[in-house]
Amino acid sequence: MDFSFSDDQVMFRDAVSDLLSKECPPEAVRAAWENDTGRTSGLWEALAEMGVVGMTAPTSAGGLGMDETDLVLLLEEAGRAALPEPLLEHTAVGIPTLAEAGGPVAEAWLEQAAAGEATLGAGASDGYAVGAAACELVLLIGEQVRAVPTDGASLVEHRSIDGSRRLFEVSGDAVALDADPALAFDRAAAAAAAQCVGVAQHLLDATVAYAAQRFQFGKPVGSYQAVKHHLADTAFKIEFARPAARHAAWCIAAADPDRSRDVSLAKALASEAVDLAARTALQCHGAIGYTYEYDLHLWMKRGWALSACWGDAAWHRNRIAVALGI
Amino acid sequence: MDLAFTPAEEAFREEARAWLGENVPAEPLASMDTPGGFEQHRAWEHILFDAGWAVVSWPKRYGGREASLVEWLIFEEEYWASGAPGRVSSNGVSLLAPTIFDFGTPEQKDRFLAPMARGDEIWAQGWSEPDAGSDLAGIKTKAQRDGEHFVIDGQKTWCSRGAFADWFFCLVRTDPDSERHAGLSYLLVPGDTEGLQARAVGRLDGEPGFAELFFDGARVHERYLLGGEGEGWAVAMATTGSERGLNLRAPGRFMAAADRLVGLYQEQADSRGPDLGRRDQVVGAWMGAQAYRWQTYATESRLRGGAPIGSEASFMKVLWSELDVELHATALRLLGRDGERADSSWMDGYVFALSGPIYAGTNEIQRNIISERVLGLPRR
Repeated sequence: MDFSFSDDQVMFRDAVSDLLSKECPPEAVRAAWENDTGRTSGLWEALAEMGVVGMTAPTSAGGLGMDETDLVLLLEEAGRAALPEPLLEHTAVGIPTLAEAGGPVAEAWLEQAAAGEATLGAGASDGYAVGAAACELVLLIGEQVRAVPTDGASLVEHRSIDGSRRLFEVSGDAVALDADPALAFDRAAAAAAAQCVGVAQHLLDATVAYAAQRFQFGKPVGSYQAVKHHLADTAFKIEFARPAARHAAWCIAAADPDRSRDVSLAKALASEAVDLAARTALQCHGAIGYTYEYDLHLWMKRGWALSACWGDAAWHRNRIAVALGI
Repeated sequence: MDLAFTPAEEAFREEARAWLGENVPAEPLASMDTPGGFEQHRAWEHILFDAGWAVVSWPKRYGGREASLVEWLIFEEEYWASGAPGRVSSNGVSLLAPTIFDFGTPEQKDRFLAPMARGDEIWAQGWSEPDAGSDLAGIKTKAQRDGEHFVIDGQKTWCSRGAFADWFFCLVRTDPDSERHAGLSYLLVPGDTEGLQARAVGRLDGEPGFAELFFDGARVHERYLLGGEGEGWAVAMATTGSERGLNLRAPGRFMAAADRLVGLYQEQADSRGPDLGRRDQVVGAWMGAQAYRWQTYATESRLRGGAPIGSEASFMKVLWSELDVELHATALRLLGRDGERADSSWMDGYVFALSGPIYAGTNEIQRNIISERVLGLPRR
């Protein structure tokens, strides 16, 4: 029983964190809200260069042969930076699912995906595939995992409250993959949980910093207990969601028999944490947080979206009940 | 990161489970806050100690088996899952002992640890005073030096199990001119000291679980000073880390309670049909216990890496104390018309749980600690 990450894992995380702090500032996220794809310019290529994009692919396909325990810290960082790139869909779900399935679809796409030359999308079959128009292949996860090449597919676009998330209904010629749909779904839910933790942490950090320097009645608003306790409660939710999210990543990597139940634990806790973080951040910022010009809403809206997708807290709580036999 | 238990940890779990399966009393003991129940619980501590299970993580020299912290957490999971009795020695073993390990002299360790672990000497905490609760640094009880002795005058209150305890660990003011955190000392006081009177006070359940302590010229030898004279605040803060964090209330206790709650829901649903609202509350309690479990194992890994427990213990205290209340409140609602009955273990548990957000520093104080010392928000 050891929760500590290796030096290599921590160094990889720090390298990605450095890249994101330089190349993914709020201005880059805003630009993604406004452009055609919802993506940043050049960042995905830089992540591919570092090996991040294809890290979950086997080395035989040009990847790094890493697993969910290597990826989970990077997903937290992606959330912290509000990274508008398909790390969840492509790296956490698409590549491992293709590698599991094998067969002609994997032969056609896996190496390209590992190299970052083709982008994989993913969506629950009753949900949306985020950013599908900028992907070459989309995996739809329902009763089966079905692969739909976007070339020739029908894509119906909807706007998300998070302007970087382009929502697509995808239909077209699909090939059923020989992959476990429950596992593919859990990969997505666990990755969303880790991103929720990162988003929540940024919302908390930004709000603590603001509350320490915003003065009212001659004192920092962060010195008032009503504000302090909002922030303490938010920190509390994150403190307990983070280990659960890391545990969920391990459950996938280790094929733990309680995987689905414990992924649900992680996603429910992480959704609740980011929901509270978004509410607290807005309330403790006051009116400035309610403006479009101030950056806070970039993370709030990412938090809302991630909290709700791949099963919201209520959906996962229900799945836990079923796993407990009640 | 490898969250599988090692073969050695699994073997330890099996050994603990097997011993508990054979030795846990079939009938629940009487409340440890009654004179008879107190002695029943003391006798159970003797059995645990003699079999080497009372203090698994301690050195062998004091009756432990030098188990790792992970193994101790495993033991706690098995202990509470087995339905074993509450630990009457816990104030000593969980709160005072870690402080003695850190601050005690070799003589103090040899004198106190084994009798504490065996339940031969049961300890109670003498910290709060009528005018110093959350504001602990406001304590006034004086201990004036007189040669090799300290002479104690003053009053302590809310001493859990103080009506029956053999020893008290007290925070007292040894420098009469001092204020607040300075000039305090941590004194170990024999219960039979002349000039010390313990008066039982009924707790919420009506049992004499509390005591008030009256000190009137009580003389205590300096060999019972724990840590340096005047350094009592720093010593006391080590104790509060144990009280709030890992030692006092391990996740196993709440995992077992949550599993029983799941069972209770199942029984009720079998007879009355499903109730999705209540079912979600049951799931919430189960999630809280599991969240605490993984956060605790993550904390253990950090401690093994050399990090201090520090103010993060406040997260744990808020979690287990509020979870305990919610979990038992959910059970009482599930019981329907029987929820108000006085003869259920769920009601006993509920009444006990309600003390959790108050003792060991109220949860409002814990939230202040989190916001000021973990998040770094300004004190004023």
